[in-house]
Amino acid sequence: MKPKHQRLLLAVIAVIALVGAGLIAAAALREEASYFYTPTTLAKANVAPGKAIRLGGMVQNGSIVRAADGVSITFIVQDKDQTQKVAYRGITPDLFVEGSGVVADGRLRPDGVFVAEGLLAKHDENYVPKELAEIDMAAAEHTKDTLSK
Amino acid sequence: MIAEAGLAALWLAAAMAVLQLVGGLTLLRGGGQLTPLIKPAAYVQGALCAFAFFSLMWLFYITDLSVLLVASNSHIDKPLIFKLAGTWGNHEGSMLLWVAVMSVSGAAIALFEKRIDAKTLQATLAVQGFIAIGFFAFLLFASNPFERLLPAPLEGAGLNPLLQDVGLAFHPPTLYFGYVGLSIAFSFAVGALLTNQVGPAFARAMRPWVLAAWIFLTIGITAGSYWAYYELGWGGWWFWDPVENASLMPWLAATALLHSVSELATRNALRAWTIMLALVAFAMSMAGTFLVRSGILTSVHAFAVDPQRGSFILALMLIYTSLAFVIFALRIGSVKQGEPFNLVSREGGIVANNIFLSVILAVVLIGTLYPLAAEAMGDKISVGPPYFNKATAPIALLIMVGLLIGPLLRWRRDDLGRLKYWLVGFGIVIVAATIVVGQLAPDVGIFPMLGIALAIPLAVAAWLPLRGRKLLRTPLPIYGMVIAHFGLAVSVFGMSAESGFSKETLTALAPGEVAEIAGWQVKLDDVRPVVGDNWVATEGTLIASRGSNTFVLRPQSRQFFKPEMETSEAALLTRWNGQLYGVIAQPDQEGDGRWQVRLWWKPFVTFIWYGGGLIALGGLIALFGRMFRRPKKATTRKWGDA
Repeated sequence: MKPKHQRLLLAVIAVIALVGAGLIAAAALREEASYFYTPTTLAKANVAPGKAIRLGGMVQNGSIVRAADGVSITFIVQDKDQTQKVAYRGITPDLFVEGSGVVADGRLRPDGVFVAEGLLAKHDENYVPKELAEIDMAAAEHTKDTLSK
Repeated sequence: MIAEAGLAALWLAAAMAVLQLVGGLTLLRGGGQLTPLIKPAAYVQGALCAFAFFSLMWLFYITDLSVLLVASNSHIDKPLIFKLAGTWGNHEGSMLLWVAVMSVSGAAIALFEKRIDAKTLQATLAVQGFIAIGFFAFLLFASNPFERLLPAPLEGAGLNPLLQDVGLAFHPPTLYFGYVGLSIAFSFAVGALLTNQVGPAFARAMRPWVLAAWIFLTIGITAGSYWAYYELGWGGWWFWDPVENASLMPWLAATALLHSVSELATRNALRAWTIMLALVAFAMSMAGTFLVRSGILTSVHAFAVDPQRGSFILALMLIYTSLAFVIFALRIGSVKQGEPFNLVSREGGIVANNIFLSVILAVVLIGTLYPLAAEAMGDKISVGPPYFNKATAPIALLIMVGLLIGPLLRWRRDDLGRLKYWLVGFGIVIVAATIVVGQLAPDVGIFPMLGIALAIPLAVAAWLPLRGRKLLRTPLPIYGMVIAHFGLAVSVFGMSAESGFSKETLTALAPGEVAEIAGWQVKLDDVRPVVGDNWVATEGTLIASRGSNTFVLRPQSRQFFKPEMETSEAALLTRWNGQLYGVIAQPDQEGDGRWQVRLWWKPFVTFIWYGGGLIALGGLIALFGRMFRRPKKATTRKWGDA
């Protein structure tokens, strides 16, 4: 093989590899990227049960119910207009309390309950999950209403 | 006074960097009147930056609270080691460390580098000065570490409690050293492009920096993974978090670069390829710094986040990398074709390694940045472990297959028929191991199964390059390669065993009650409060027994005061074949006398970090061999020693 051809061959291999990487990524993203919903957008979106999604909002006051096993809970996530029931089994984050923000990773069960596999609450005073930073204002307003009732 | 002196040193160092750049520009114009100034400027720049950094360290040592950075990151009551670590445990200080290491490295090149010609050395230092200018501007205009605070507070705000951990105090600088090493490699690459000296001499000059950067990145990633494992209390060792990916991507690029630069140094092939990888590696380390500092992506490790400074780093990254790619495009035509080789050869194996690593890098980069692109189009998307595992694991397994064969191939051209017994042997071991694992645990995933099946033959094949060599006369870099490849097999075995065979139990226990996991009986003995320096904790005493052995684990749930924060201290029981991992949570509000306890049995999980340590050790041995090679040997050295 002439040296010039070799360089061309290597360049072609490199291009094919990069295109291949793009295709692998695109295929995996189509299946595995999870969209972020608030209860309102989720109610409109018609998401198939079993598809991985994220749900963010406020934990409704008085909604946390602890099961007898001591490790399972259910609670309601709300935003301004809608609510969504969530089931979770695990240790809740330190700052997971009623009336504060939460982002949950998980999937919808066929009965419409969102089964969370992970919960992300505020990390510390200075850190708020990015998704929550934007919806806090609207949701906080709503929380005030429920508090005053 | 010290603070002002440090600041003045930074300004002067910036002036030296400008001088280096201007000298380099006169070199390009052909005149070269100012080129004699470049080397001295590099010495002075290094000395001034070192002075500035030690000034800041001194300010932290004496806890000078009239300096804003000290006041907001330190505290008079903090232990000394964390006071000193506070120097770089924050944004400004870490950037100063970055610049100081880069400048001192530049001075070291100016002082010691004899392998490349004077012009290329000057061009390299000019590029280093050009990069330094950007970082000096960043420090002086957007993150001045010496800013005063008047009036001075009485005690200081404290350091993020997560950072008050010896391992973590040294974790970020380790990664930074890796990033800086890649910036030096970048300077060499652009310098050699500018003077048309892309060849083995340039590759030999650049190689130790790539190797050193790669060692630091390997140690940083391994240590960071272990830290996340025991400190976050989630039982995982890799979360595919943007901040983690930010360190993984430069590592992938550096690994590819390390292999191709060795080939360029010994075989004079893959010239343009190596230059390209050096540019990509530096771009990835800048992108890493940007992702970590900007907080543009949600991360579990997000601290010291500031979007404005993030955009400054982004601008620097775009300027440097786009300029470098323009130079690459303009100059690459003049880079001569290297030595040709057959595709079935050691060179071919290294090309395959480079391609697969680049594909993983591209897949990780796409997955990390995709949420940003989606957000720009109005969608909120997150990309998590399922994507990364699915997209990277098959390619990683292909690399393992290549690694079984690649190091056994001869340079230039080879014949797979020569290796047929080995290939058949590997095939039999892989099939047998897959079947055995499949029988032991039918529901284990395909990737852990193949990972174990490939790790076993690789753990043997890694040593084969020593076959037929006189062991005492074998160059150290060969030993380094063998150990690093063996380390990869060990690490992959650990990852596969952990992800395929871990057991988990989550339960609520009252004192005296017992949980069972993977043959262990774990009793919650009692729970009591514990007081530390700047925290209080709830500590559980878990008594774990299996057979006749009994051990005690004491997981804690800690609350810090300054700043206020809760952390979970997992308790780990290490056995040769795995770890028992225990976490205790604060009681729930009802307080029915039970405590949430989460237990994992993670078989061979420690192999992940032992393997990472071996990989870094292999790099260190190779670096040692390169730096202290007996000069007489050098001339008679065989071509084959990569």
